[in-house]
Amino acid sequence: MTDQSTELLRFSTAGSVDDGKSTLIGRLLYDSKSIFEDQYEQIKATSERRGEEGVNLALLTDGLKSEREQGITIDVAYRYFATPKRKFIIADTPGHIQYTRNMVTGASTANVALILIDARNGIVEQTRRHAFISSLLQIPHIVVCINKMDLVDYEESAFEKIRDEFSKFSNKLDVKDIHFIPISALKGDNVVDRSENMPWYDGQTLMYYLENVHIGSDHNLIDCRFPVQFVIRPYNDDFHDYRGYAGRVAGGVFKKGDDVLLLPSGFTTRIAKIETHDGEVQEAFPPMSVTIRLEDDFDLGRGDMIVRPNNKPDVAQDIDAMICWFNEGPMLNRGKYTIMHTTQQARCIVKEVRYTLDINTLHRNQEDLQVKMNDIARVVLRTTKPLFTDEYRKNRITGSFILIDEGTNNTVGAGMII
Amino acid sequence: MDYQMDHLRELEAESIYILREVAAQFEKPVLMFSGGKDSIMMVHLAAKAFWPARIPFPLLHVDTGHNFPETIKFRDDLVERLGAKLIVGSVQDAIDAGKVREEKGLNASRNGLQTGVLLEELEKGQYDAALGGARRDEEKARAKERFFSHRDEFGQWDPKNQRPELWNLFNGQKSMGEHFRVFPISNWTELDVWQYLALEKVELPSLYFAHKRKVFARAGTLLADTPIIQRREEEVLEEKTVRCRTIGDMTCTGVWESDADTLEKIIQEISTTRMTERGGRTDDKRSETSMEDRKKQGYF
Repeated sequence: MTDQSTELLRFSTAGSVDDGKSTLIGRLLYDSKSIFEDQYEQIKATSERRGEEGVNLALLTDGLKSEREQGITIDVAYRYFATPKRKFIIADTPGHIQYTRNMVTGASTANVALILIDARNGIVEQTRRHAFISSLLQIPHIVVCINKMDLVDYEESAFEKIRDEFSKFSNKLDVKDIHFIPISALKGDNVVDRSENMPWYDGQTLMYYLENVHIGSDHNLIDCRFPVQFVIRPYNDDFHDYRGYAGRVAGGVFKKGDDVLLLPSGFTTRIAKIETHDGEVQEAFPPMSVTIRLEDDFDLGRGDMIVRPNNKPDVAQDIDAMICWFNEGPMLNRGKYTIMHTTQQARCIVKEVRYTLDINTLHRNQEDLQVKMNDIARVVLRTTKPLFTDEYRKNRITGSFILIDEGTNNTVGAGMII
Repeated sequence: MDYQMDHLRELEAESIYILREVAAQFEKPVLMFSGGKDSIMMVHLAAKAFWPARIPFPLLHVDTGHNFPETIKFRDDLVERLGAKLIVGSVQDAIDAGKVREEKGLNASRNGLQTGVLLEELEKGQYDAALGGARRDEEKARAKERFFSHRDEFGQWDPKNQRPELWNLFNGQKSMGEHFRVFPISNWTELDVWQYLALEKVELPSLYFAHKRKVFARAGTLLADTPIIQRREEEVLEEKTVRCRTIGDMTCTGVWESDADTLEKIIQEISTTRMTERGGRTDDKRSETSMEDRKKQGYF
């Protein structure tokens, strides 16, 4: 019983107060028995005290005092539920305040983006934003739930119209795998149980989709990348000359005996052992945390990278990237920031802003080059030392970075390398 | 070959990554140890993360003086086995020195007094990162907590001004006098923790397993009989078979009627239970946002 093997699936949702997102999350939690009685009693009492009709499931997801007062969600909230097949982590992001910052944060680690559309309203500005951010952040799978089907008499034509319109828009985006499901979160149609009200739909329910979507290929298993995180040196009698390179595999499959190339030095050697506390392993793949030991001793430290000689990342000081700006003050042209990339840290200067992007129309604006809060822009950065990078499309770990303001130490931007 | 990890191993890999990141990014980290199962699991993960080297930071226990005796013994045995360094911050000493004032009345608890002692210990030791075993599924204010949670020079949390956290990039940059709280097991649920403790055969204090104990009921919670809790006249003692789902200060840790005396039975019980684990914590029941209010001031 304790060795039951279940996979972990992370998905992001975004939406405003009225589109039924909280109801849907509430239903997924409730139907998978992840809402506890005392939690339920507590929100029931709060709903009654505030004179609301019925039990407001949104109170489950709105955690902070100011959110409860204002009836809005301010920050990304993480929710958990599990079925016998999978454990799920929901990154629940608000749709209005700070939407880019929060959606991007929630999307950065997601396997699946869940996009919710109100069947009565069809595609709205926020739907486009969410779809665009999902494609920009390269979430491997998108599931579009057309909700409130009960309010459009469960009409197939309403579903088809929205599906076709969405497809037309998403064709312009870089989206690989997309599914459409007609649901009613309130009534429970096609969420966990198949709907009897929509005999014309013979596809999966949402829960079936979440439990079965293939996520085994979401990591890059081709290009071997091991950013050294920490060097383990015990300095004790039992492990006198021990030197192990600890880190998390960012790409590819490393095997004992593999020829490897060390960056930035360019030396080559072989993997002597791949270890964990539980003993030696024959292979290491993402997202395993392991310790690699090499046949020869080199001066290798945090920020360096172990790769394969015939498959090198870009060793670059000029970084061409899409960037999301999070800070109240605009990004400064020629501004200097700290850049964090894998386990590397360097300084960088903004060399050029090529365009800002209107995420509603996808229009590239080359005139107004000021990058303000929640803007998305294409930029070129110059770093003080070379970074070992891949295109974000090929590897979400070696292709991503954050920018840190050197005065306030705040994270002010997130970048995806092109 | 299917290159897919199961969820416990993936959570473990994530937590180990965070622990190593703390050792790499901070000068002087410390691990906050409460004696509860989450902090025991944290110590276990830390031992794995740095093996064969020792855990490169000390453990800090804020002792209210009202802990179950089992907790203290377990803590001392664990520290000795790992060869780890233990620092104890004493609430009793702080009371004796007049730095904090003991609560009075029926529901008096030293829980709130821990914050002051914790902040003082952190300052005294000049620690720049305090690792904690809090999980996001525990409580609604914690659902919005970051892995790397920035605290200002007063140790306060500003929930509206948190740094965005993307991919696996953790920004630990700070100014002088500021510090971080780091929560490596944020993404674990109560069930995950128990499944992992069983999988890894981690030793746990006997309080977690069903045992006979004299208890009484107060406000829907069963509390253990101890001289440090005043009982009302109508609160009568009964002997029951109980266990703790969380372990904290005796004044605010409820016990549950349960006959789960093995890890397997505990997992079975948790998979089917309909009450949250903090449901027995009277400190959370003081108001709807009591966790958020305490966190802002620097609570765990």
